[in-house]
Amino acid sequence: MAGAALVEIRDLAVAFDRTPALRGVSLSIGKGESLGLVGESGCGKSVTWLAALGLLPGKARVTGSVRLAGQEILHAPPATLDRVRGGRVAMIFQDPASSLNPVHRIGRQVTEALQLHRGLSGAAAREEARRLLDQVGMPDARRRLDAYPHELSGGQNQRVMIAIALAGQPELLVADEPTTALDVTIQAQILTLLAEIRRDTGMALVLISHDLGVIAETCERVCVMYAGRIVEETRTERLFAAPSHPYAQGLMAALPPIHGPRRPLAAIPGSVPEPWAMPPGCAFAPRCPRHVAACDAAPPPLVAVTPGHCAACIRPGAVSARAPLSPELLPA
Amino acid sequence: MTPLLEARELVRRYSMRRGMLGRPVEVRAVNGVTLRLEAGRTLGLVGESGCGKSTTGRMVLGLEAPDEGDVQFEGAPMPPPGSLPWRRQRARMQMVYQDPLGALDRRLPIGVQVAEPLQIHGLPADATRVHALLRQVGLRPDQAERYPHELSGGQRQRAVLARALATDPVLLVCDEPISALDVSIQAQVMNLLVELQQQRGIALLFISHDLRAVRQMSHRVAVMYLGRIVEEGEPDAVLHDPAHPYAQALVSAIPDPTRRGNRIVLQGDPPNPAARPSGCAFHPRCPLAVSLCARQAPALKPRPGDGRLVACHVAQGEAAPMRKAA
Repeated sequence: MAGAALVEIRDLAVAFDRTPALRGVSLSIGKGESLGLVGESGCGKSVTWLAALGLLPGKARVTGSVRLAGQEILHAPPATLDRVRGGRVAMIFQDPASSLNPVHRIGRQVTEALQLHRGLSGAAAREEARRLLDQVGMPDARRRLDAYPHELSGGQNQRVMIAIALAGQPELLVADEPTTALDVTIQAQILTLLAEIRRDTGMALVLISHDLGVIAETCERVCVMYAGRIVEETRTERLFAAPSHPYAQGLMAALPPIHGPRRPLAAIPGSVPEPWAMPPGCAFAPRCPRHVAACDAAPPPLVAVTPGHCAACIRPGAVSARAPLSPELLPA
Repeated sequence: MTPLLEARELVRRYSMRRGMLGRPVEVRAVNGVTLRLEAGRTLGLVGESGCGKSTTGRMVLGLEAPDEGDVQFEGAPMPPPGSLPWRRQRARMQMVYQDPLGALDRRLPIGVQVAEPLQIHGLPADATRVHALLRQVGLRPDQAERYPHELSGGQRQRAVLARALATDPVLLVCDEPISALDVSIQAQVMNLLVELQQQRGIALLFISHDLRAVRQMSHRVAVMYLGRIVEEGEPDAVLHDPAHPYAQALVSAIPDPTRRGNRIVLQGDPPNPAARPSGCAFHPRCPLAVSLCARQAPALKPRPGDGRLVACHVAQGEAAPMRKAA
């Protein structure tokens, strides 16, 4: 798989003012693959991609390696990065309204991307912009080219962002919480659209989300992140059928079920450690129901529990996702 | 038995201008909502942004006066806002907001903020009482000295809850109380709310867009769309066998790892309350709409057969469904 990887991230670490935000992340994405990154706020799922694409502010210290089709892009010269960003790798964000320029018409913002990455201008660019808006399911695309972002709804603005991302014909789209700011019925529309675009263009997709359900429906493979590290990586069905890391198990048990009896949720006690006060060993140890003394020795490496299923836990277990982890409802 | 809270045909209108010189347009945020809540029970209010669920929550608390309709609390009408009886009654009903950082004063330690409602309502506000309240929501007494920014998101929401519980309310209106929290913390707060309800017999109006959370929390669920309740019933009945086409779409939009494909994807955008469609407000997006739906607004009434409350001509059997070509 190493040879066919589109993006290969190795030991990526990020620190802000000597406080680590990302503590060694390695992952790879194949051509046309869909990978989900799931975790809670501050776990490093967004920072991974901002760092990989050189989008972090200057005070961030970034180390490791990021290869795009074999070529190193971490700390690459701006000219190289300008061709990668928006071209080969495009990114969309949570809040479409703040990603778009409020004083420019939609059409101009889409054609700007077309001019930068495909050299189109004038009527050809405008026609292509209309085609892209059609492709992302914008009703009445020709007239919407002349609309301003505030005239469109949140879901439509996210469609515009996706159209701009598609303008560079990317090989990889990184979608950072693309539906979090949207209503559930609109979320369903955008997820369906992303799946259709992948099917039609063969583009790879990285979906960053805090919502396991969204990842489950959209991605083939998933990485669960906790406190700046990947703690579990496997095929999506496998994660839901047999999560191995206690944090992944806890996340699933904490989700209120849709079916079956209602009982107190198996909440994970405590909260995520602060980045400047990381436990010496496994970062999840203070909240973990399977914690033993050996957990505090060193951060456990990500190792295979079965082929294609890795977990960073010295006591990985195939506990069923619904088994209550702790009889206590409340943390001390 | 008199319900704790009864709201009848609530209507709330706002006036909005389009552009600087535009004519004011009337926006009906809430357009005839009737609901009742028994003591110690939870009513889940679910819907998308702009459906009027938060406005409904503010009206039942008397934070906002309805333009039409009335609210009865413990069998008596709401006293006029600002009056002494109104203030006394406000101690018995409290609000919990979505964003705990915004709801707390960041320049005051949380102990002071928890004591504040006690002082306002002339109750003993000593440290023992404050510490007991903090302990009840799972915070340590020493955390009374902490400022909001020194606490995690979940701890802040616990502090907000401690403050809301200070005056011993019988009704809590929780407006998206868990939406700003991480998944593992959401479960903690939901468990805490259920536990507090069982201990103290508080009634909850639980407002959320998250159907999973609403099922977990509620004894009854009301689904709102554009200022009206379109379906109401037991959580499992509404979630497992929704009768209203909008409720069906909402349920099918719940991301569910065990289901793939065959989801109802609604066309179009969430509606604009300033440009309410004629007849049933949902008909432009409805896969089952017939011509009657564009002309006449359906009433919320029991469905023949099982008595489920639903506001839909098709679900009521008053019109034959017609599937539009996709």
